[in-house]
Amino acid sequence: MQNTHLIPIPSLCTHYQIEMSFFTGLNAYGLIEFISVEKTYCIHQDKIADVEKMIRLHQDLQLNYEGIDAVFNLLEKIDYLKSELITAQNKLKRFEDG
Amino acid sequence: MAFIDYYKILGVDKSATKSDIKKAYRKLARKHHPDLNPNDKEAELQFKKVNEANEVLSNDENRKKYDKYGENWQHGEAYDQAQKQQEQQHQSQQHYQRSSGSQDFGDGEYSDFFESMFGGGFGNRPGNTKFRGQDFNAQLQLDLKDVYTSEKRVLTVNGKNIRLTIPAGITNGQIIKIKGKGGEGRNGGPNGDLLIEFNISNTTDFKRDGSNLYKTVNLDVYKSVLGGDVIIETFDSKVKLTIKPLTQNGTQVKLKGKGFPIYKKEGQFGDLVITYNIELPKKLSDKEKELFEELAKLQ
Repeated sequence: MQNTHLIPIPSLCTHYQIEMSFFTGLNAYGLIEFISVEKTYCIHQDKIADVEKMIRLHQDLQLNYEGIDAVFNLLEKIDYLKSELITAQNKLKRFEDG
Repeated sequence: MAFIDYYKILGVDKSATKSDIKKAYRKLARKHHPDLNPNDKEAELQFKKVNEANEVLSNDENRKKYDKYGENWQHGEAYDQAQKQQEQQHQSQQHYQRSSGSQDFGDGEYSDFFESMFGGGFGNRPGNTKFRGQDFNAQLQLDLKDVYTSEKRVLTVNGKNIRLTIPAGITNGQIIKIKGKGGEGRNGGPNGDLLIEFNISNTTDFKRDGSNLYKTVNLDVYKSVLGGDVIIETFDSKVKLTIKPLTQNGTQVKLKGKGFPIYKKEGQFGDLVITYNIELPKKLSDKEKELFEELAKLQ
């Protein structure tokens, strides 16, 4: 993994104006994964969209870590069911007339 | 620009306490939050309304101003002056226009009504945090023939031209994400992504399931009984198939690698499954009938 794709947590704290404890909490609950680079905790840039969603859920809806985890699990399930539905609809087309 | 009833939006009455407002806001925010309702424009609009109602009603000063002017918000300043004059001169001839029509929530954070009454928003709300821009969703209509080979296209989304290579074998309903081509980030945050959903129509004789193609080929009764050769069209060429004698109706033959391209696996293809449909003659000549009768006697 290239280090250029990693974003230091302190930079995120500054950027989003959020305390470090929020990120350490997310890490402790397994919602994000810290990667240690030269004694600095980082996350991969691909995880930024998820982190922002977590920040919004926490700030807008006052969700705690357990709540965020539950929401993410349910959204993942919705995505899976949506893709299953599309696959099933595509399969069904084989048996439709025309 | 119409008057917006913030109390109605939150479902509370005018005498609601701060705690009632907070409770109503939290309940509605949980219901309509865009992260909990992905790709739901209606939920997004409702969330904006609920947020705005909360911005006004949870702030004492703004609630006071809103309650004071109410539906006469368009003439707020004039209303103030008129009241002063009324107090001083004991006369009032003012007439206040009442607005009607739809609530004006555009794509912005606040309605025109809100901007007009309170300005551009509050400095200490979470909205000041740097956030990634909104993801844009677009749909692209293509024919099955279009996605048999990889194709370069230029799409215009929100006035911007975006070059895109559509990989061969993309499936109906599949979504491709183009990073950074969505809405602009808030307060200096990064741009959102553009999510393109592919709607693939099929006007061919082939049915598709993933990378496999299915086709029904009609055989006359003589060829199905005696066997022979047929030329059939695959998706991009023709092949000669040998029909075995006594081929039954519904028999399937799999042509390996003659199906649809496998998504993002260059040079790899699925299979083409041929199903034989035996067609009986619809009309018989006297001679044919005679011969069939002879055949029947042999059974």
